[in-house]
Amino acid sequence: MSTSTISKKSRLRWSISDTLTIAKRDLISLVRIPTTLVFAIIQPIMFVVLFRYVFGGAIKTPGNSYVNFLIPGILVQTTIFGAVGTAIGLAEDLQKGLIERFRALPMARMAVLGGRTVADLSRNVMVIFVITVVGFLVGFRPTGSFVSYMQACLLMLLFSYCLSWGFAFIGLAAPNSEAAQAMTFPLIFPITFASSIFVPVSSMPSWLQVFARNQPVSQAAQAVRGLMNGQPHGNSTWMTLIYAVIALALLGPIATAKYKKVA
Amino acid sequence: MSDFAVEALNITRSFKDGEVKALDGVSLQVPRGEVFGLLGPNGSGKTTMVRILSTILKPTSGSATVNGFDVVKQADAVRRSIGLAGQYATVDENLTGFENIRMVGLLNHIDKSVSSSRSHELLEQFGLTDAANRVAKTYSGGMRRRLDLAAALVARPPLLFLDEPTTGLDPQSRQDLWSIIETLVEGGTTVLLTTQYLEEADRLAKQLVVLDHGKIIAQGTSQELKTQLGNTVLSLTFASTDDARRGAELVKDISDKPANIEGTVVDFTVARGPATAADALRRLDASGITIAGLALREPSLDDVFLNLTGHKAEEVTGTPVEPAKKQRGRKAKA
Repeated sequence: MSTSTISKKSRLRWSISDTLTIAKRDLISLVRIPTTLVFAIIQPIMFVVLFRYVFGGAIKTPGNSYVNFLIPGILVQTTIFGAVGTAIGLAEDLQKGLIERFRALPMARMAVLGGRTVADLSRNVMVIFVITVVGFLVGFRPTGSFVSYMQACLLMLLFSYCLSWGFAFIGLAAPNSEAAQAMTFPLIFPITFASSIFVPVSSMPSWLQVFARNQPVSQAAQAVRGLMNGQPHGNSTWMTLIYAVIALALLGPIATAKYKKVA
Repeated sequence: MSDFAVEALNITRSFKDGEVKALDGVSLQVPRGEVFGLLGPNGSGKTTMVRILSTILKPTSGSATVNGFDVVKQADAVRRSIGLAGQYATVDENLTGFENIRMVGLLNHIDKSVSSSRSHELLEQFGLTDAANRVAKTYSGGMRRRLDLAAALVARPPLLFLDEPTTGLDPQSRQDLWSIIETLVEGGTTVLLTTQYLEEADRLAKQLVVLDHGKIIAQGTSQELKTQLGNTVLSLTFASTDDARRGAELVKDISDKPANIEGTVVDFTVARGPATAADALRRLDASGITIAGLALREPSLDDVFLNLTGHKAEEVTGTPVEPAKKQRGRKAKA
């Protein structure tokens, strides 16, 4: 009995160690491929500039300056876009035969998916920092406390992390990395644009409002915006947490099953 | 413990829901401390066999033990006792040579400091020290294979699977890799090698198994196989296809195996090359058939296959050439 306890403990320890080894490897790749970094940082900056200066003047956001409305939304959008990287990275590893090679090593089974999602989580931490700085440069002045700002960041990170398991599934199902990227697009586009990220939902036609108001990304945007600006935001924080847990409970096992099958 | 590093019994593996049988009842025993060759053309099932023995793939039926561990029930123990390298040198292009080996060390659950020192040792051993801090993307094909092999050796496995380690390499890199493999075996490592090249199997492997369409069609030492095949191929080129047919018929008794006629070229497998060639020339000349060309060569894998199966190696199509990719394509479509 004592030996099985020891082996269980060491198994957990190795699972964590393997996950971190893979995460580190994924982060090194991220830093060494400039195009991936550009995708992760330049694109959201362009969204900030585009909406802040081009569209922003035409968008009415009662209760908030548009820039204070926009930046929390862009942060949510960017962290979700970051999860696309999970799909692309896994599809690439699979395509190159790296995942197959990992299968012949005595490493923890889950470390490949776990490491990848942890790496993308770390990337999102960096991206949140960069976009916050950019936000300040273009006039973002959150009216909430520092503590609630941090809470908002944690909430988005958790939300995007849970979603990344869905993207892990797509990455494993796609025939190659280009296809993985293309496959995520029709999913990401409606949930980020038919949402309260860029414009108040009340400006949309009523049939769209029902979806746009209640879908997970809008709930997350509403919660993050409310926390950052110190404004009431109903039960959106709870809704976001519930959505996140449901996503993880649903998508985690699906991705895991797919991993076991393809690799 | 068993005398064999690998014992496989009646392994079968189907793809595409039974449509394609990549392996059809393969049994083999790999003795410890030597190179065992798995010879066959693309699609013969070599890679599938290696994938099953290295626990990447489960057999559809049959059983196998590797270093005494069951490949299905004790997969983790098998993984701890093997190294795998090969044709698709799967190194991480964005990591340096050092980082690649060290990562495999860490994933083998070797201490950080030991993984690092062992990585330096292997880089040195494989002549990669100068390139240790360059990303693998910048490596040549030969360097990649060496790096891949180095990573496979980080945990000092007693058994090494080499899946077509020299396919696509230039002659010098091939020679380098052969020397490395020989050194490893001298040090006590068992190697299961798959190859398409008779020359490679001949140089490295003590015992050979020849696979075709997922079945073993011949086995023995390389010398036994060669004797069985006849030592030399006599290749005669005639002026016309008609001459070729007549000529082949005229001297058919120089070989106890049927000649392979392709257009104006006729190949015979013969035991005594020069003497037989002279005899054939004389007789053809006497019958007034003109010879456009003559060559004597060592039997190639094509000749082996022709003799053993009656079909040419490259005519094998429709079977999974690269099971990993084929299978993946299917999954993607499904």
